[in-house]
Amino acid sequence: MTKTKLFALMGASTLGLMMTANAVYAQQSGYLSFLIDNGPQSVAVAEAWVAAYTEKNPDVTIDIEVRPGGGEGDNIVKTRLATGAMADVFFYNSGSLFQALNPAQNLLPLTGEAFQANVQDSFKSVVSAGGEVYGAPFAPAMGGGIFYNKPIYEELGLEIPKTWDEFMANNEKIKAAGKTAVIQTYGETWTSQVIVLADFFNVLAEDPQFAEQFTANEAKFATTPAALRSFEKLQEVHDADLFNADFGAATYPDGLRMVAMGEGAHYPMLTFGIGAIAETVPDHIQDVGFFALPGDSADKNGLTTWMPDSIYVAKTTASPDLAKDFVSFVASPEGCDIRNEAVGATGPYMIAGCELPADVPPAVSDMLPYFQEGGQNAPALEFLSPVKGPALEQITVEVGSGIRPAAEGAALYDEDVRKQAQQLGLAGW
Amino acid sequence: MTAAAAPALKMQRRSLYPGWFYLPAAVVYSVLFLAPTFASLYFSLTRWTLFDATFIGFDNFAQFFREPFLIQGLVNTVIYAVVTSGLKVVIGMALAVMLTSQIMARGYLRSVIFFPVLVSTIGVGMTFTVLMHPTQGMINQALALFGIAGPGWLVDPKLALFSVALVDVWKGVGLATVIYIAGLVAIPKDYYEAARIDGATRLQNFIYVTLPLSRPATATVITLSFIGGLRTFDLIWAMTKGGPGFASDTVASVIYKQYQAGFYGLSTAGNVVLFILIAVLVVPLTMFLNRKQGHE
Repeated sequence: MTKTKLFALMGASTLGLMMTANAVYAQQSGYLSFLIDNGPQSVAVAEAWVAAYTEKNPDVTIDIEVRPGGGEGDNIVKTRLATGAMADVFFYNSGSLFQALNPAQNLLPLTGEAFQANVQDSFKSVVSAGGEVYGAPFAPAMGGGIFYNKPIYEELGLEIPKTWDEFMANNEKIKAAGKTAVIQTYGETWTSQVIVLADFFNVLAEDPQFAEQFTANEAKFATTPAALRSFEKLQEVHDADLFNADFGAATYPDGLRMVAMGEGAHYPMLTFGIGAIAETVPDHIQDVGFFALPGDSADKNGLTTWMPDSIYVAKTTASPDLAKDFVSFVASPEGCDIRNEAVGATGPYMIAGCELPADVPPAVSDMLPYFQEGGQNAPALEFLSPVKGPALEQITVEVGSGIRPAAEGAALYDEDVRKQAQQLGLAGW
Repeated sequence: MTAAAAPALKMQRRSLYPGWFYLPAAVVYSVLFLAPTFASLYFSLTRWTLFDATFIGFDNFAQFFREPFLIQGLVNTVIYAVVTSGLKVVIGMALAVMLTSQIMARGYLRSVIFFPVLVSTIGVGMTFTVLMHPTQGMINQALALFGIAGPGWLVDPKLALFSVALVDVWKGVGLATVIYIAGLVAIPKDYYEAARIDGATRLQNFIYVTLPLSRPATATVITLSFIGGLRTFDLIWAMTKGGPGFASDTVASVIYKQYQAGFYGLSTAGNVVLFILIAVLVVPLTMFLNRKQGHE
């Protein structure tokens, strides 16, 4: 209330200025609520955007609401959408999780908005349903692979592995040197899925039809050798006894800190972790490099990529025009610059005109070649198929902890995805 | 028996209050309890996305029982309920005996034991998660001082469920103790005097007087903690989220995970299963405990 009054007062006192500003930029007014996840990056960048936007539009008030991430967050987003209590604008995943939101019913289409002309088609495809585009990217594209500690690699004279065997050989040398070779952080279960999910480039390299057949209930993880291999890799790193002692209880921030400070050599993770490293241990950001999860052959070495999360407008919003204007601000080159300023550059943008600063951290420059000419990359399964089982993270904790062998884990996951496919009403399940 | 029941029946027929006096309570009860119960019975038979529900018969129940971790969840739930209620009875009784005897600072000790009951379960869970950390937790660091390599309390799949159960006992034993204290204080002193005249030892006092006469308290403690154990969720979720893997999943956490994943019909079916499970286990248990009591 006082905030609104304050803005009103400011607006009145700068009326003259506003009149001139109106000539170049259509001033907005009103109120928006804005629901974001509690990742430190999301919070920092959302605050920066809101500050910049309300500075340009003093009559606008935007309240940021923070929700947890992971399954807890999915729950909140779905429940609020279903009960019509969603914030006007919100952050959420693209791809299979977006499909589960029932977009046609719950979200405002953004297909015809001017800013969409600058958004890459590969991104639009993962926030589209029934011919309408519902989102705009608010972050750069990501890769899933392995963060490595550069000082350890230098100290032991190791090469970046191009095959899984080379990777395991590196691990043995690191272990022989008395260091933790692979960091796992099952205190936050979602982190346990990364090896399996980031291996998907290698699955597609062997079996290009897997995603479609998987969606159609024709291919299974347990019975497709290339896909089963993803689970086997996780079991192999467990069986070789390469993990940190507290892998069962360590958390995601622990893992990032450990790989940055050299308490461990490898941390399988998505590249959005770069931003968090830059924030929590900025002195060590130069010590972290990145490579794609290696496959079985050196000439098929490529990166599994993740489309960025998206910003959406709820269909229930009271001020759709203001919400759309805010989204187009976020998805503009100006929005990207504000993001670079607030949380640093963590990967290539999906918006034409967005530039990366010259001095990106090494983990980002390690990732860029995979996206450029001659580099190889493929989207993660969740962007090619709407089918993702909710229990994958528990299953990968089991496989990674040696509770369940890889083959059984893969078979259990095949059971788990059935429910999701049925809930989505897919044919063939 | 019949002679005593007859006047009671007559009284009921000639009730002082007109029937519509019951209306407000009946409305509240129907709107808040009956309607949701029957709605959930219906939704448990549908594939439900919160907006539209497709009727699919008993598929949800079939699916729920196909959940690979459900059987383990059921077993875990029963283990958890038995372990926590058993320990609460034994420890609660022991503490109550100690706290009704003439010891120093009795009032202070009573409040100390009751204190954990007042603390938020989530807070307790998070605190113990930190204390039970396998390498940096205070428990294992303390054990290390004595040269003992402490186990991974919450990360060892064999131990996780019992670690949570122990925390549950720590948190809940205060309530059991209070119930027992009330039960023990209510035992007439005459019995103890008579036993003393017969030359009973302290142990005999306890076995032949205290134990049988505190049976009503025992029945209350068992029923409360057994039901609490069966539907336990908050502590498990705060400490392990059912992990590692599915090792400490209970029926309630399996249900919650289905809800979280957006399988609303399936999780509603799970709640119906949990309702039946509690009824099947607790109704005979209370009947058994109460019958014993009646024979006294």
